[in-house]
Amino acid sequence: MNLSSIAAFLNPVNLFSIRGGIHPETRKFLTAESAIEEMPLPKLLRIPLQQHIGAEAAALVKRGDRVLKGQLIGKARGPVSANIHSPTSGTVVAVGEFAAPHPSGLPVPTVTIRTDGLDEWGPRLPRLRPETASPAEIAAQVAEAGIVGMGGATFPSAIKLNLRDRYPLTTLIINAAECEPYLTCDDRLIREHAEEVADGAAIIAKALGVDEIIFAIESNKPQAAAAIAPFNHPLGLRLQVKVVPTQYPMGSEKHLVQMVTGKETPARALTAELGVVVHNAATAHAVHLAVRYGEPLISRLLTVSGRAISRPANLRVRIGTPVLDIINHCGGLTEDPERLLLGGPMMGQPIATQRVPIVKGTNGILALSASEARKEDMMPCIRCGTCVQACPCGLTPFEMNARIQSGDLDGAARVGLMDCVNCGCCSYVCPSNIPLVQGFAFARGKLAEKQSRKHQQEETKRLAAARIAREEAIAEKKRAAMAKRKAEMAAKKAAEAAAAQEAAK
Amino acid sequence: MFTAAASMSALGLGLGLLLGTAARRFHVEIPPIVDEISECLPGTNCGQCGFAGCTSAAEAIADGSAPVTLCPPGGRDVALQLAEITGTDADLSGDTEEATPLIAFIFEDHCTGCTKCFKRCPTDAIIGAAKQIHTVVSDACIGCDACVEVCPTEAIVLREKTKTLRSWYWDRPDSAGTPVLQGGAQ
Repeated sequence: MNLSSIAAFLNPVNLFSIRGGIHPETRKFLTAESAIEEMPLPKLLRIPLQQHIGAEAAALVKRGDRVLKGQLIGKARGPVSANIHSPTSGTVVAVGEFAAPHPSGLPVPTVTIRTDGLDEWGPRLPRLRPETASPAEIAAQVAEAGIVGMGGATFPSAIKLNLRDRYPLTTLIINAAECEPYLTCDDRLIREHAEEVADGAAIIAKALGVDEIIFAIESNKPQAAAAIAPFNHPLGLRLQVKVVPTQYPMGSEKHLVQMVTGKETPARALTAELGVVVHNAATAHAVHLAVRYGEPLISRLLTVSGRAISRPANLRVRIGTPVLDIINHCGGLTEDPERLLLGGPMMGQPIATQRVPIVKGTNGILALSASEARKEDMMPCIRCGTCVQACPCGLTPFEMNARIQSGDLDGAARVGLMDCVNCGCCSYVCPSNIPLVQGFAFARGKLAEKQSRKHQQEETKRLAAARIAREEAIAEKKRAAMAKRKAEMAAKKAAEAAAAQEAAK
Repeated sequence: MFTAAASMSALGLGLGLLLGTAARRFHVEIPPIVDEISECLPGTNCGQCGFAGCTSAAEAIADGSAPVTLCPPGGRDVALQLAEITGTDADLSGDTEEATPLIAFIFEDHCTGCTKCFKRCPTDAIIGAAKQIHTVVSDACIGCDACVEVCPTEAIVLREKTKTLRSWYWDRPDSAGTPVLQGGAQ
């Protein structure tokens, strides 16, 4: 017995740790005991064609078309993209642009469907038997079903399943940490559908070609851990439950891997380099439905919570349901919310209007009352270093902020701006209430813009050079044609003169 | 007669040799800075700076007769790059911090399809044909104003480039006050 196995035997949980992090009040009690409800169909569904990282899907329907539940309405375009399916049956009333569920509220191509209440299924995808299916078949089915990472990153899952081609993989970690305060939908999903989630995890493991599945759950969800524990041999693979400490941001992919395996992922690298792939519990459930039943991703679980919501709940909601309908289903708002967020309170994004729809990556709707949202005046930085201690990535937020404030964005990038995961721990702990993570979001956007402008400049330079070359080629051709004509004319004249002379003789 | 010719030839030969060696010895290359500067400039020869093209503008910057801030399509970034190359301070006082890039927009009602703008565009950013309504490829447009000048019906204006979901990003957080962007449960 070596040392690490003794340590694992004595203390199976806290074998490793992550640095920094915070322990916010979780407030999960608001919804932790509310069973999953099926949200009734709304009248209108607005389905954005861009719900994932990558290229937007191409619309396959037009105004007036009747669509059936599960019908493909947006086709994935390019290598990184995802299919979009109709969440119910009804009529397409518009294919155009609508406000995105995004802080900017800018328009995004959207298909609007008037539901007919029949909820009539179209043809489903052919079912697969994961016991016999090849990894490539499973990945193709997942791609066909339009499944994306449902923890919020919305990266197309099929691409992650194909990582087996490029990296030697050993472990699948199912991320059920759910470290964001308020959110309980993954917790409820595992408690109520443990067997299905375990099966989905095993299907993913088969597709990845790994035989070790680790289910990582935070210690504040003992019921979920207990619920999944009996299903420890899905599809003959070994499934282990690891209870990780309740610590934000435990659910961050790289941090979870470090917590579970003790290995730190290099900066800007994939966890696959360590042989580990992380998928969210909700994604595993969606994979189960797609492979076993041929159901595409058309609905998802989300938590509706916050003190400004009359009846906080965990709901199964069709993709494209407007936020307003969901809030009304939960009894409406008790007060004007100080902040209306999609996602959790730490990393969630505010929305401009309640008319925007929820998408594949939306795991929560939070209406925070004034007492829950912090709003205090900003004070100067006192160099206390609390943010440095809290940063789970080992960065120096105050220094990055100072550089950003003085306009030195490249300098901020040199001290690690690009390694920030946007968790917001620094802003949370700052005693001077400095909007640190917000400044980093700005700086990253600014740098990306600079980069794209530079790229554009190079492209226009190329266009201009091409134009000049083309014009010169045309002029050259003209000159050549002219010269040829001149020569011909001269030859003709000479011939005529010669003929005339001949005649004169 | 012979002496005169001989002395003149000797003088010519001597001076010629002297000049030749001097040219070899004290050879000055065309300042590479001009190349470096033209590398930075957009290279579209739009003429907004008042020079005939990007190369003559680069020469003017190199000999110090033109300011580094002369290139409107390049904007602040190019000015800063040029300042670094030439070792001068870019006078950005006239330039507000965020000069949003402009691009051309064609009012289709007014467009007669004369193809004048189409012929002028240095980056081929205008698509059109005779008696067809023209349109602007916004990704290729550098906002150089050349098409606006030639349009006989004043159908072209320069507009701010609209933000898309891809290009949007958060504003600098309100330095005077509260964290306004993200939540943060207490």
